[in-house]
Amino acid sequence: MENPFTLFLLLSAVLFAIGTLGVVARRGAITMLMSVELMLNAANVALVAVGRFLPGEGAPGIVEGQVVALFVLAIAAAEAAVGLALVIALYRLKGSTDTDLARLLRW
Amino acid sequence: MLVFFVVAAVAVGAALVVVIHRNPVIQALSLVVFLLAVAGVFVLLNAQFLAALQVIIYAGAIVVLITFVIMLLNLGPEARGGPGIPTLLIAFLLGALLIGVLGRAGLTFEPLAANTPVSPDGVLPHAPGYGSVGAFGRALFSTYFYPFEAVSLAIVAALTGAVLLAKRKLED
Amino acid sequence: MDYVLLAAVAIKVTLIVVICIAIVPIMTWVERRGAGVLQMRLGPNRVGPFGLFQPVADGLKFFFKEDLLPPFANRPVFVMAPFVAMAAAICALAVIPFGSVLTVLGRKIPLVIADVDAGVLLLLAASSMGVYGIIMAGWSSNNKYSQYGGLRSSAQIISYELALGLAVIAVLVLSGTLRPTAIVIQQAESWWNVLYLPLGFLLLLISGFAETNRLPFDLPEAESELVGGYHTEYSSMKFSMFFMAEYLNMVVSACLLVTLYLGGYAVPGFIRNALGLSGNWLAAAEVATFFAKVFFFLWLFVWVRWTLPRFRFDQLMHIGWKILIPLGFLNVIWAALLVVWGVRS
Repeated sequence: MENPFTLFLLLSAVLFAIGTLGVVARRGAITMLMSVELMLNAANVALVAVGRFLPGEGAPGIVEGQVVALFVLAIAAAEAAVGLALVIALYRLKGSTDTDLARLLRW
Repeated sequence: MLVFFVVAAVAVGAALVVVIHRNPVIQALSLVVFLLAVAGVFVLLNAQFLAALQVIIYAGAIVVLITFVIMLLNLGPEARGGPGIPTLLIAFLLGALLIGVLGRAGLTFEPLAANTPVSPDGVLPHAPGYGSVGAFGRALFSTYFYPFEAVSLAIVAALTGAVLLAKRKLED
Repeated sequence: MDYVLLAAVAIKVTLIVVICIAIVPIMTWVERRGAGVLQMRLGPNRVGPFGLFQPVADGLKFFFKEDLLPPFANRPVFVMAPFVAMAAAICALAVIPFGSVLTVLGRKIPLVIADVDAGVLLLLAASSMGVYGIIMAGWSSNNKYSQYGGLRSSAQIISYELALGLAVIAVLVLSGTLRPTAIVIQQAESWWNVLYLPLGFLLLLISGFAETNRLPFDLPEAESELVGGYHTEYSSMKFSMFFMAEYLNMVVSACLLVTLYLGGYAVPGFIRNALGLSGNWLAAAEVATFFAKVFFFLWLFVWVRWTLPRFRFDQLMHIGWKILIPLGFLNVIWAALLVVWGVRS
């Protein structure tokens, strides 16, 4: 297809789908965290692509796409840090990062 | 165009390795490759400043953090026995649905559908200085100043939370 | 397709990569003779006059040594690690200006491979990638000492990246641009940045020592500590690639220091007027000046290495986080004050 915008959006969708697959289908906590990072990056690609192709003043392209993507980047960094701390706490409690062991609320 | 397909193929391949492989360190390393490929996509979208930031922040710091945790906890390959067929099937269906919806949106969304003019030698027009640092900085420090400060507060909160959560016991 | 431009870029890339890799054997000679001078003994003096062919002998030795692969080591990662370390160092050379413009056949060719708007940022990004070579090497050797060495070294590097970033930010605040050529031109027109920001210069120097794992911050590779640290299990060509990567990192640090704080390739005004340089002669003089400044700092690296004792790891971390980062902030505030007082337009 000749429309480049569709290609970028499709790429974002494929990456997001792969990330979702990772979160749903894997048990390891670190793998789930990395799949979440995949999804966040896919969302960033979509945001920047939309920002690039929206009609702006004179020529296409508004800067808000990148600004929002930067905020998503920063929040993803914060979330990765907290997530890793949780993984460490889980490991200390259960001896492994298998999330299936954390199924019951009590234990 | 060719560059786009190469970069996209690398990104998808690395993402598949992250999701499918069993060894956490290999997953982390292919996450780095994935992030570099996404930075390449940003460069293709004329967002050079964001691409450099992505490499420095994401690939250069966050994945290092993940790798540190993997090594310090000495995590080995994951045990066998993944999810059953129904879960995988639902995941695949959701993925296909998402791809379909977004593809259709890309084709029919009014301001953008089939409306991106491509000049004869394949160069897409954009405002001069689009992805440059100056334009970015001006937007960040004027219109989006409050979200900027809010994000810094969020990072500080996350920092404090992470340090606290990873403590062995709380000293009173 | 602009073939002349493409050819110019290809030639520049080849030249710069070859020159910077050729600096590595020169540095090994300087290191060993310099160690001799500083320790009041002769260095290597058997292989050629003043031991000048010693690097050749070393290279041949590395070439002919047996290339071991430790058992149970993760083979792909083990082999990739030295390449990643070298690639990250070489990529950083793409944004450094070596001179102003060379006029060849009526076309002006800038003496920098990629004159990007966000050049300094790309340099920082490339050096961030160097950490992965070390992490990969430490982990894939399947050896406790290597893993500890790799973790310590990467923790040291990412800690000092912050101080490095703060020192760089102060220069960016003062210059108002991220483009290395613009920063050099600004310094050529007024005074060198080291005179405006002496604290930042010191910070960048110290962070450069820590980033390249050189003394006094070389605990991860000290022989008495962790055997060899992350490159214990490497032999022959792979080890020599790590070796080269370390010296290349030194070169990149020196180039960053010279470009940001010491005026880059700018020839001082009085010399330029005295010799009446212009056009291509000026470009040649600028390249010579740049390399002279870089070599001074490489000698400084060697000098400090054989003079100071090394820091313990907790002292290293203490300095990086609790001393250098607050000083870095002070430095940025000072740079902001300078801008407010109208030092630079």
